[in-house]
Amino acid sequence: MTDILHLTTADGTDVALEVAGVGSRSYAFIVDWHIRILFVLAWLAVMLLAFGTGNSDSLLGWLRVDAARRAYLLLLPPALVYFLYHPVLEVLMHGRTPGKRLAGVRIVTTDGRTPGLGPLLIRNLLRLVDCLPVFYLVGLSVALATSRHVRIGDLAAGTLLVHESKVNTESLQTAARLALSRSLSPEDQALLLDLLERWGSLRREVRIDLGSRFLAKVGEAVPEDQVPGHEQGRPSQATLDKALLARLSELAGREPDRT
Amino acid sequence: MDPSRHAIERWLQARTGHWQSLERKLQGQLDRPAEGTEELMVLVDGLRSIARDLSLAREVMPGNRIVAYLEQLYIRAHEVLHRPARSPGQDLKKIFTIDGPRIAREMRGTILATSALFLGCVLIGWLLVEVHPELAALFASAEMIDQTQQGTLWTEGLLNILPSSVLAVGIIANNLTVTFFAFALGTFFGLGTLYIISLNGLMLGGVFAFTGHYGLDGRLLDFILPHGVVELSVICLAGAAGVRLGEALMRPGSRTRVEAFQTAVSRAGTLLLVAAPFLVGAGLIEGYISPDPTYPRGGRLVIGLGYGLVFWLVVSGLAFRPPSSPGKNRKPTPGGVAAAADSG
Repeated sequence: MTDILHLTTADGTDVALEVAGVGSRSYAFIVDWHIRILFVLAWLAVMLLAFGTGNSDSLLGWLRVDAARRAYLLLLPPALVYFLYHPVLEVLMHGRTPGKRLAGVRIVTTDGRTPGLGPLLIRNLLRLVDCLPVFYLVGLSVALATSRHVRIGDLAAGTLLVHESKVNTESLQTAARLALSRSLSPEDQALLLDLLERWGSLRREVRIDLGSRFLAKVGEAVPEDQVPGHEQGRPSQATLDKALLARLSELAGREPDRT
Repeated sequence: MDPSRHAIERWLQARTGHWQSLERKLQGQLDRPAEGTEELMVLVDGLRSIARDLSLAREVMPGNRIVAYLEQLYIRAHEVLHRPARSPGQDLKKIFTIDGPRIAREMRGTILATSALFLGCVLIGWLLVEVHPELAALFASAEMIDQTQQGTLWTEGLLNILPSSVLAVGIIANNLTVTFFAFALGTFFGLGTLYIISLNGLMLGGVFAFTGHYGLDGRLLDFILPHGVVELSVICLAGAAGVRLGEALMRPGSRTRVEAFQTAVSRAGTLLLVAAPFLVGAGLIEGYISPDPTYPRGGRLVIGLGYGLVFWLVVSGLAFRPPSSPGKNRKPTPGGVAAAADSG
């Protein structure tokens, strides 16, 4: 079920934002975590190349020389990146991080606005609690239990994560054509658009399964005579895949090769 | 083709470009103000047109993705046009000179109670180790105990092991961590905060009693004096802030728990923002001055109390209060206002 944040602006316009769930939240965090870890590893590699000869003994040897200063040089930048990554990027990117951008989510206040410095600092300060005891167990439990799927930091700062509607020109035009055709319900239109947009990233078997189920749902089918090679018996998966894409694209009123 | 459908199709084709043009214009607008009236009017017109388009789209294609897209575009345009004027410098100045001191005054009772708890735990820790010296192992590491038994403090010779700069960075990071934890753990109905404050108090008292057994407590005091006043004050303030979080959760009053929690975090966070930067100074003093044996006790006392005085003057707002003119303190006399008006 999709959770929606309903808002009414000061001039009386009603708008709705789709609340991001624990899955999107975790996906964004895992991407961000990997970015930080990659930076740490890259930094260590650069330090090794700069001050060591590449074997495991050299780093230790290097650390023995003025050990404290070099240990700090080795550890301080990664530590700063690790701890300041979220607050700094969320402020600079207006409630987003690279991981959140990839997951298609962003932070907003409960009135739908981009949060300012204060709320962003508060939500990051309370990560100290959310990450307890390990693997964000507290934060995840709270997110699962709350209606807007927020962790304690968000509760304290009055923020939440919502999905961003990234729509390109082609999607807009396709959505418009679909709306005008009136042959599909709004839910089926959204389903068809999602399916076509994700078509290239799905495995062929999954595509065939989902495509066939969608056509069955809307009372359509791939006409057998449109499947290339039907006269030789059962068509191959590749030809069925192509035929399904063609039929779905036809329903959406767009060219199949654009998906 | 149905004429109405044809009209809608034409409308959609015409508007798509406009929406995307507005989307591009809104990019980066949150970072800077509009450059002039012309740019501002383009955004105002854009917002109005999006409102009209949204209304029409809801009518002719309810539930369609275009509606969701237009809603997000509307919110973004609305936010850009209706955001309050931002002046980070002024905001920060207000936090330090007005908001922070006001919150500190309002929290005076909690700050005093938390400080009393800390001092009480110092006393308990001292008594515990004084009566049962073997309990020192609870508060000090084996290495610290060994060194003390050999007649030297673990703080002595620190500068031979680590340079001051490195020492200061480590201390600042550690103190910030303790401070933030003392605050954030208030989320657990204040219990986490009470644990941190009590533990730190017990440790300080226990370590003093333990070093006292070997006649080193004076040297420990010398070490703590320059940085300790501010460091311990900040930890007590953070503790008071954490206690307020717990109190908001336990006794939300007429508001919901979440509302009370949000208000408490915002207010306590503001106070923390004023206090925490002082830990940088305390860390530098602890890295450069505290372990340096060349500083006499008198000098240490002046540094510690002086820095502590600056801290409390800032937190209480006295540092920013304009000096009152003699006239302000004078009692009003009958006809004083009229007389002032006449003279003006």
